[in-house]
Amino acid sequence: MELFTPDFGLVFWMFIAFGVLFLALWKFAWPIILKTVEQRAELIDKGVEYAQNAKEQLDNARQEAQTFLNDARKQQADMLREADKMKTQIIEQARTEAAAEAQKEMEAAKVRIQQQQKEAQEQFRNQVSDFALQIAGKLVHNEMKQDKAQDRLVDSLLDEIESK
Amino acid sequence: MKQFAKILLTLLLVLTTTTAYAVHNQNPDSASEPINPKEIIFEHLGDGYGWEVPFDHHHRMPLPCILYSEGKLYCFSSAKVQHGATYDDNGALFKIASEDSEHKGKIVRIMPDGTEVRPLDISITKNVCALGITVLLVLGLMLWLASYHRRNPLKAPRKGLGAIEALVTFIFDGVIKPTLGPQANRFAPYLMSVFFFILTMNLMGLIVVFPGGANLTGNIAITLVLSICTFFATNLFANKHYWKEIFWPDVPIWLKCPLPIMQVIEVFGMFTKPAALTVRLFANMMGGHMIVLTLTLLIFIFSAFSPYAGGAATVVSLLFSIFMLLIDVLVSFIQAYVFTMLSTIFISLAQAEEHGHKAGEEDALHIELEGGPITLHESVEESLRKEQSAKVAKV
Repeated sequence: MELFTPDFGLVFWMFIAFGVLFLALWKFAWPIILKTVEQRAELIDKGVEYAQNAKEQLDNARQEAQTFLNDARKQQADMLREADKMKTQIIEQARTEAAAEAQKEMEAAKVRIQQQQKEAQEQFRNQVSDFALQIAGKLVHNEMKQDKAQDRLVDSLLDEIESK
Repeated sequence: MKQFAKILLTLLLVLTTTTAYAVHNQNPDSASEPINPKEIIFEHLGDGYGWEVPFDHHHRMPLPCILYSEGKLYCFSSAKVQHGATYDDNGALFKIASEDSEHKGKIVRIMPDGTEVRPLDISITKNVCALGITVLLVLGLMLWLASYHRRNPLKAPRKGLGAIEALVTFIFDGVIKPTLGPQANRFAPYLMSVFFFILTMNLMGLIVVFPGGANLTGNIAITLVLSICTFFATNLFANKHYWKEIFWPDVPIWLKCPLPIMQVIEVFGMFTKPAALTVRLFANMMGGHMIVLTLTLLIFIFSAFSPYAGGAATVVSLLFSIFMLLIDVLVSFIQAYVFTMLSTIFISLAQAEEHGHKAGEEDALHIELEGGPITLHESVEESLRKEQSAKVAKV
């Protein structure tokens, strides 16, 4: 049967054809194809790993940022509270200091006023005594010219002033 | 999709009628002469000098005939010996042997005394030509893929190249790597060349007109060469353990010492493996072609009875032919896959280490045992849960 007996020519050409195909593919196709496919698979694996790591790191960073943020907020609140305290303290202090200063000032003013009052009184007294002396001098002068009754009047007037 | 189906149907119709027409033309006076289905089928399955032209069975594309006879090389076009003509090449007479000769359908030299002697025939026949076309096609596709890889090493190809690469990785990662393990890269070039070569030959064989149509993998010479290659790949690179298993296997001493029973069986086994490879691929592919041819011939056989029977047979045979061709596309892939897989297994058996194989088997068993109880527990738990939820629903 022709179909079941291998034909020599075809076997011969098949060896050559397959040999050529195999050698050409072995040299020029399979190594590079298999290598790059392997490389690509590695790249993809690495990429996935990298992405996973990145995601983990991102999650961590987010958590860290949150804690930082919380800390900062707490610090801010603390600082604000402290500042508030300090503010009231300073105001209080200022107020007491101002009060003390005012007191002092008032006291000094009082003393000055008293002194001036005294001085005024003294002056007034001096003036009054001057006037009186002048009046007395004039009266004495007039008395010297007029009668003794006038002398008495002057005396009585002076007494009156004195008693006042 | 509908349009695609329409186009496909039309195409198949045209292809089938082409075959039918060819068969018809071969017997122009078929009305008077009964057709001989067996002869037609075997002519289409076999080889030939020259390639059939569609719609014309009298002319063939001429191919070079190369013959070596009595120390001389003869080259001439196959057109010179067509239709039973005798060609005279400087005194050497050649013709295609007639049907009653023992070298039927082959070129023979007519010696001066009138006897027909077959010279050493390395003509570029239809099958050899198809072989060349297939080699060029596979080379082209693979070098195209390789050049793409050289240009963009880290980018996956799309469309056609992507499909080819998917096949490459399917064979390499699905068959070669799991079976051969660390030896995979050593044998992958051979195995993948075999796969793509067989696949392309199979698919080209399904195309009815010129670049295809040669029944290559359905020819025992082709499959024989391929399995011889596998035989050499298996035995030339075999390790010590493989040879020990053949010449001094691990069996009771009386089976191997005085009479080498086991040795004979093992050596026989060395040759039955490639023989099985040869016959499987050849028989499967030839069977597919034969069924399509027979279905087509049914039209002519029934037409001989009456035109009505012929018309009915046309419809039935067309539908079955389309179905068979579609199945053959699947078979083309499966046969290429199976040949590669069996070659890989034969090679891996010659590469197995002393206890490597056994360890693998134990692992598989272990996994199976482990898998059992888990699924059982799960199913029990699930049924319990269902019961509980049902009770809750009732309450």
